[in-house]
Amino acid sequence: MSEKILLKGNELLVEAAIEADCRFYAGYPITPQNEVPERMSWRMPQVGGVFIQAESEIAAINMLFGASAAGARCMTSSSSPGISLKQEGISYIAAAELPCVIVNMQRGGPGLGNIRASQGDYFQSVKGGGHGDYRLIVLTPATLQELYDLTLNAFDYADFYRNPVMILGDGILGQMAEPAEAHPYRPLFNLPPKDYILDGCRGRAPRVIRTLFLRPSDSLVQHNLRLQKKYARMQREISLYEEFETADAEVVVTAYGIPGRVAKGAVKRARREGLKAGLIRPLCVWPFPIEPYKRAVKKAKSFLVVEMSQGQFIEDVKLALECRRPVAFLGKGGGWYPSEEEILEQIRHLAAACLKGLKTQRKA
Amino acid sequence: MEFRRPKTLKNVLTHYCPGCGHGIVHRLVAEVIDELGIRERTIGTAPVGCAVFLYDYMNCDIIECAHGRPPAVATGIKRVLPDRIVFTYQGDGDLAAIGMAETIHAANRGENITVIFVNNAIYGMTGGQMAPTTLMGQWSTTSPAGRGQLGEGGPIKVCEMLSALDGPCYLERVAVSTPKDVLRTQKAIRKAFEKQIDGKGFSLVEVLSMCPTDWKLSPKEAVEFVNEKMKAVFPLGVFKDR
Amino acid sequence: MRIIIAGFGGQGVVLTGNLIARAALKENKNVTGMVAYGAEMRGGTAFAAVIVSDDEIACPFVEIPDAAIVLNQPSLDKFEPDVAAGGLLLVNTSLVKRGPKREDIDRIFVPATEIAQNLGQMKVANLAALGAFVRHTALVKEESVRQAVKDLFSEKNPALTAVNLAAFEAGLEESRFRKAACSASKKP
Repeated sequence: MSEKILLKGNELLVEAAIEADCRFYAGYPITPQNEVPERMSWRMPQVGGVFIQAESEIAAINMLFGASAAGARCMTSSSSPGISLKQEGISYIAAAELPCVIVNMQRGGPGLGNIRASQGDYFQSVKGGGHGDYRLIVLTPATLQELYDLTLNAFDYADFYRNPVMILGDGILGQMAEPAEAHPYRPLFNLPPKDYILDGCRGRAPRVIRTLFLRPSDSLVQHNLRLQKKYARMQREISLYEEFETADAEVVVTAYGIPGRVAKGAVKRARREGLKAGLIRPLCVWPFPIEPYKRAVKKAKSFLVVEMSQGQFIEDVKLALECRRPVAFLGKGGGWYPSEEEILEQIRHLAAACLKGLKTQRKA
Repeated sequence: MEFRRPKTLKNVLTHYCPGCGHGIVHRLVAEVIDELGIRERTIGTAPVGCAVFLYDYMNCDIIECAHGRPPAVATGIKRVLPDRIVFTYQGDGDLAAIGMAETIHAANRGENITVIFVNNAIYGMTGGQMAPTTLMGQWSTTSPAGRGQLGEGGPIKVCEMLSALDGPCYLERVAVSTPKDVLRTQKAIRKAFEKQIDGKGFSLVEVLSMCPTDWKLSPKEAVEFVNEKMKAVFPLGVFKDR
Repeated sequence: MRIIIAGFGGQGVVLTGNLIARAALKENKNVTGMVAYGAEMRGGTAFAAVIVSDDEIACPFVEIPDAAIVLNQPSLDKFEPDVAAGGLLLVNTSLVKRGPKREDIDRIFVPATEIAQNLGQMKVANLAALGAFVRHTALVKEESVRQAVKDLFSEKNPALTAVNLAAFEAGLEESRFRKAACSASKKP
């Protein structure tokens, strides 16, 4: 076991990236993720890597496009408004099937919003964001240990599937400090050689990385079908979540990221009150983990979604449940944080409704 | 002297219009890459615009970029592989409109890359809209009364503007409208690549070029337009050399 | 225990939180910390929130603190009303003219800034406050804090280690404790 280190999420992210052999970072300052470029600016030179403070988030993501094409493990980070600017580049990188890691420490929106933590970029992250039919792998850590571990894995997922990976955090995850075990990097996969990179055509035919497909006329259709095949494979192979007390749960709370850990506290308290509550907490929201919901639906009478946004994550939960159970909602955007008390109150309410429903059934 | 196709140029017909300058500039870049013996360690970036198919013609590694972003992409490549030769090939819309921020900041960082900037004062691929370098009074599909009637401002002089920065090591404006100009352009391109090989920093060659199709001129008239109109607004010469 | 540490920028509220967290980490307790960031810093008040628990910490942000360490008057005004009933308030008496109003919480009074002045280093008032806090709460062991101070300062500045430790020791001794007037039940 390695020793636990105490750092802010943003700082720990840097250490994890460097441990995972990330050697190129480009970014632009924006609160609440400034510790990432700040720490990168002195850590990268220490390990012989590249740090660039780009002129904009657009430039930063395009620098990654080049760095990834040249074969480097690379990362950029930002927060919501800056991630909006990166969408153009993300679409190109996804289209060109290049690996990279993009971190979003989300803040309140829309517009300039505020700098409190938020989850308002869920749709942007999992449903597209940029133009065209593409997907990102979207990892959603809730603790700094998960942030460390998933950052190590993010680079492997990116290289293995040749796809951009997003770490979808929020201002709290970036700003909070919590001990985490900084264990050494071990690859998740047997990674394929990078036989697509542009490093000069010595001893081989010139390579081209492109995203424009005009000729023949169906070449873009074919390219899209190829991409969809890859995305389907990711859906078969990636499913990350925590299931807590769901086996006999009648009320299943579901949340990702910081609300996920708050919800876990509420579920523990509900259990202490004798309520049959459980939790499903996705650690990756694309591909979305459908199995725990399918399992939980057998026992659960109702579900409760908690998110720091106005009803985005809930849509995927309903899809996973195929609308077979009622789904209650607790969420607001713009920097609202859920408390254990509020979640617990909702659980009590839903549990009481379950009981009432049961009594009515018995009478009948 | 033997006239033959440079190894860096593929043996294919281009899609360029009769009288277009891109074919000449492609050839000059290819010849320089051949002469310097750097083809196998060169990575080019293709822009959005008429030169987007650069990879169909250049026989070296190429990455096609989003509109205006080649200097940022080239920065990423060069920083990862400092011993390779990285160039961008960009038009006026790509470099001086949508990608101006990337251009200025790559120049200001003194990024050790070479920029080949083809200025034909018009948006070619999209069909003749006004460019940041369209001349005052010049007709385009989005300045039908001539540039200057709707508050468009005047043409942007890229070499003059970048020469105010400390980052660039070499800035020269040339043309491909006369045989003498073509020879001068080849020298300039060669020098720009040599600067990169020597690790001197950001080099840019602005090439005034013809677009007879979108100017609605014959190839001959287009050459005259460059020589008489464009050179008057965009004086040729070396703006920086250190 | 959910703790808020508040004071002027420069009084070392972040360092205080950091030391509590590091001391707790040494004792294998769970801990989270968070500092007010960006434009949220206002009214001359910087604050840090630290949670120490034997259980897994669910919610990492603190809305109702079990304890508040306030190093100046604006912090007292801001955070006194937030403290949970039956909770704890530690006041730096050197910089507070108007004392705490609530009597349903335990109160610790320590002349932290005077202690620091007597040691010739204004910056270490926070360590005096921390000493008093540790004395009366026993949240972490005194020795864990001493060790955390040494970890943070030793390599960089041995002199700073000494003066910080001196302030901590003085704080352990020079404080007054007032028990809550009514026996309000502690929040879970």
